[in-house]
Amino acid sequence: MPYPSDRKYTREHEWIQVNGNSAAVGITDYAQQSLGDIVFVETPKVGAELTAGKTFGTVESVKAVSDLFSPASGTVTEVNSELATAPEKVNSDAHGSWMVRITLKNPSELDALLSAADYEKYVAEEAGH
Amino acid sequence: MSAVEAPTIRKTALNAVHRQMGAKMVEFNGWDMPVEYPASLGGGIINEHMAVRTGVGIFDVSHMGDIRLAGRQALAAVQHISMNDASRLAIGQAQYSALLYPQGTFVDDVIVHRLGQDEYLLVINAGTREKDFNWVRDNTRQFDCAVENLSDDFTQIAIQGPKAVNLLQKLTDADLSAVKFYWVTRGTVCGLKDTLMGRTGYTAEDGFEIYVPSDEGTSAFVWNEILIAGKEFGVVPCGLGARNTLRLEGKLPLYGHEISDTINVWEAGLDRFCKMEKPEFIGRDALQKAKAAGVKRTLVGLEMTQRGVARDGYKVLDTAGREIGYITSGSPAPYLKKNIALAYVPREFEGLGTPLQVEIRGQAVGAVVVPTPFYKRPKK
Repeated sequence: MPYPSDRKYTREHEWIQVNGNSAAVGITDYAQQSLGDIVFVETPKVGAELTAGKTFGTVESVKAVSDLFSPASGTVTEVNSELATAPEKVNSDAHGSWMVRITLKNPSELDALLSAADYEKYVAEEAGH
Repeated sequence: MSAVEAPTIRKTALNAVHRQMGAKMVEFNGWDMPVEYPASLGGGIINEHMAVRTGVGIFDVSHMGDIRLAGRQALAAVQHISMNDASRLAIGQAQYSALLYPQGTFVDDVIVHRLGQDEYLLVINAGTREKDFNWVRDNTRQFDCAVENLSDDFTQIAIQGPKAVNLLQKLTDADLSAVKFYWVTRGTVCGLKDTLMGRTGYTAEDGFEIYVPSDEGTSAFVWNEILIAGKEFGVVPCGLGARNTLRLEGKLPLYGHEISDTINVWEAGLDRFCKMEKPEFIGRDALQKAKAAGVKRTLVGLEMTQRGVARDGYKVLDTAGREIGYITSGSPAPYLKKNIALAYVPREFEGLGTPLQVEIRGQAVGAVVVPTPFYKRPKK
């Protein structure tokens, strides 16, 4: 699965796609694959403040619960309500299923994140173990 | 490179086959086992679960162990170490039972098969293989009966679901319609003579478990023949993920969860498999005393009434928020499409309809006591 180069990635397997001062956040295809059938996505409400590296929600599969870590700090402006009723969309299209949109507080935080190529290398190593 | 050797992870004879099929592998009780197969093969826990409920699925359950007891006093030995009444078994019949400690708690739960006049086969759990074998051997020394650990001799494949009988019938000369639930037969399967087939399983569905020689070649051959023969029934290879959700819907206990060395038979609600009218078996005295003293906690079924999934180990609270018990197993139930769980709670909370709460990541989430098993297969 190719990782789109129009965004950045965390080592906790989230992606962030920046568009001006706003950014969409989701989980990667690798993450959805390791989780298996997703049954529940829990995200904060509009207006919530996210901090880079801190948990902001959970994603739950039949088998496991996993925390969502925010790739950057900012304020939630929109929540993907479609995932409340159809969480399986994350399985079928992880890179197209954004979970929240935020306004970035400090865009330079993104410099610390992985590029698509680096993330791909990172998961190849992780999968190799 | 590390100088320290990794602990040995055991592999079934089908390990390479699972990996080649792209199964997601996990460590389970020291075994490297498939948890689910890729969506491209019809896999994923939900799909695998649904295949077993509505069609047929197959599982590699070779990590299960097998202990054979044979000899003049085999029945007396089995009676001494297990809580069900093996004297009721006809040749070819099987029963659910358990090995108990003297205090009435569980060494393990087992299926006891009577294979011959003086021959029994106990099928035991993966995580308790060595412990069980040692327990059986050490506690049957006084009997004229040979105890053999056959755990590594068999590849055990479970074929489960309403179409399981149709699938297996294509591969064997034995008349499977004559084999009732919890009976075994022998016959040629995929050309292998005298293969043991039991109408048993761990999915709360009809199905068979077959025992074939554990060499890799034979195991892979049979596995693939089953998949080919099962195409017309939409057979799906299934992993431990679906095995767990299937057994949970059917309230089938899992060692270390619903039963353990600190939980007794009455608490686990397995009374009907424990025959106190037997004059003697290990654990009987303690169970008699425990019954007289009164059972304080019991296993109940819960259904979440609010959004959230109760998971193993989560706290159970009463409506006032006081901690009263814990979840032994909990999961979304793919067939029932509800979030269900089993929990130990004091008996005053066992009534159907009792509102309770489960603490999920610091939040009290509503649940209610419901009848179990959560799922019962439709009678034909």
